[in-house]
Amino acid sequence: MRHIDTNETNRDETNRDETTAVTSDVVVRITDLAVHFGAAKAVDGVSLDVAPGEVVALVGESGSGKTTLIRAVQGLQPVTAGSIELPGGESRGRRRRPDVQMVFQDPTGALNPRQTIHEIVAEGLRIRRERGDETARVIEALGRAGLRPAERFLHRYPHEISGGQRQRVVIAGAMVMEPRLLLADEPVASLDASIRGEILALMRSLVDETGLAIVAVTHDLGLAWNIADRIAVMYLGRIVELGPAEEVLADPQHPYTRALLSVVPEMERMEQQILVGETPDPARIPTGCRFHPRCPVVASGEAARLGIEARCRGEDVVLTERSPAHSAACHATA
Amino acid sequence: MTVADGTARPRNPAWDRRRTALRSFTREFWASRPGRYGLLILLAFVVLALAAPLVADRSGLDTAVARANDVPQWASPSEYPPLGTDYLRRSVWAQFVWGSRVSLFVGLAATVVTIALGSVIGVVSGFLGGRTDAVLMRFTEWFLVIPFLPLAIVLASVLGRSVWNIIFVIGVTSWPATARLVRAQVLTVKQRLFVDRARSLGASRTHIVYRHIMPNVSGLILANATLAVPISILTETTLSFLGLGDPQRPSWGKTLVEAFENGAITLRAWWYFVPAGVGILLVVLAFTLIGQTLEQIADPRLKGRR
Repeated sequence: MRHIDTNETNRDETNRDETTAVTSDVVVRITDLAVHFGAAKAVDGVSLDVAPGEVVALVGESGSGKTTLIRAVQGLQPVTAGSIELPGGESRGRRRRPDVQMVFQDPTGALNPRQTIHEIVAEGLRIRRERGDETARVIEALGRAGLRPAERFLHRYPHEISGGQRQRVVIAGAMVMEPRLLLADEPVASLDASIRGEILALMRSLVDETGLAIVAVTHDLGLAWNIADRIAVMYLGRIVELGPAEEVLADPQHPYTRALLSVVPEMERMEQQILVGETPDPARIPTGCRFHPRCPVVASGEAARLGIEARCRGEDVVLTERSPAHSAACHATA
Repeated sequence: MTVADGTARPRNPAWDRRRTALRSFTREFWASRPGRYGLLILLAFVVLALAAPLVADRSGLDTAVARANDVPQWASPSEYPPLGTDYLRRSVWAQFVWGSRVSLFVGLAATVVTIALGSVIGVVSGFLGGRTDAVLMRFTEWFLVIPFLPLAIVLASVLGRSVWNIIFVIGVTSWPATARLVRAQVLTVKQRLFVDRARSLGASRTHIVYRHIMPNVSGLILANATLAVPISILTETTLSFLGLGDPQRPSWGKTLVEAFENGAITLRAWWYFVPAGVGILLVVLAFTLIGQTLEQIADPRLKGRR
């Protein structure tokens, strides 16, 4: 794993007490992050540390705030409250960091149709006015992203290559900046099934080779199982379960995670739990546990039997540890 | 605003790339049949306009000279080559040739004004958004609702009848439409993912505007410009038709009005109005063909479609 030095001198005095903790073992520390769009609380109190060389999968339904969370970390989304700390300073608002890069869900949309592959991959270098042999670095980045021979791609346009190749170009354009953290928004959702595995393998190999950390947003638990070291399950703007991938998948502590898992086709041993209703409106978050209106534990009366139904309906829950490094936010399984 | 590079990069490769790009652009343009024809038609008219003193004696426009030389009225092309004469014994050929100058000049100059104002205001308004957008759009709307003809008549009578006033009137009244169109396009391009990607890479607003917004609205601006030229030419014709044109200079519009007012159609003096009409038609067609070809080249996704 590559050693990552932190720039201790550039930190703001204001978050001195927090920065002491941000050392080389964390590439991003998210603390009580909230992103609100008017009344809608897309992200509502998320804390997460990501270590170098680690892949964290953010899973959850549409509207759970996964994408908003990583856009905020990237600095594309103004933050309402809380902090996002990176080694060497905070990333908020317009200040963007070359060591945090993003891979998008739709590689076709993420590439300017009027730029050649060369221009696209070199764009970050040009923006940063980096000296040195631009073409050589572009070729190296394309090669690392699996586009070989890279020279054949340099002068092509995005519409002349396949979807999987486009996503590789996006990855090359991010990797040329030598990021410590790569944020991936549904990186394979728009790709053919046959290509998904290749892109995931590429991302995994980048982690293993460079010590890069990845936060990947996905609604696909199978994908999370394939590449993630840790899984964070999000529901309505909060992380409701967080832990090592095997533990979360093998021994889910939160009823929402169980419901998500039960509908994965491979999980035959589990009884299917179809959640009733849509994800609630993030502008009107339920009182108590935000999952209680859809929670199978509450609906089946088990919560009442356990004598915690009133707490489910009225008392907010926070993440508590179930085993080392594995935590969940649920009254019933606490 | 200059379109200079916002980013520093090694000089030589950049120039090489630009030279190659220009060469392939020229090759592509020439390979397209509509572009080639459009360009040839336009070139023919430009040469005609520039060479006016060589191909048509200006004295052909002078009624006194014509009378002194015993030039007949309403002479057909066979009687008085190449294009006959009008009711004032003036050479229609001379009117056509000298008129092409005014028509082309007004068309191009008014388009430059329209497109420059419209695209700058449209891009700034769309990209910055918020209060700037609101203020600029109210300003634009104010110009948009000014009724064109009354303004043209008032300006023409206040400022006097001249080519420059016509250009001014067309420019001032037609930029708002371009501005709104460009703004709408900027708003959609701004939402595209590649703008987010550029922001993630740390791009400045200037970089985003020049590298991402402009290249993706340039096709629209170009298409709009190629439409604005014929519209400007037609507007000049309209204003001349209403007697607001420059009385000193022959233009195609003026030829058409005079033919209309003096009964050329009743007299079957087709040689009087056909050249000016065909001239307008061909120039408008040429610009449209060129515009389409340019757009096709500027947008690589349109390639292969014909």
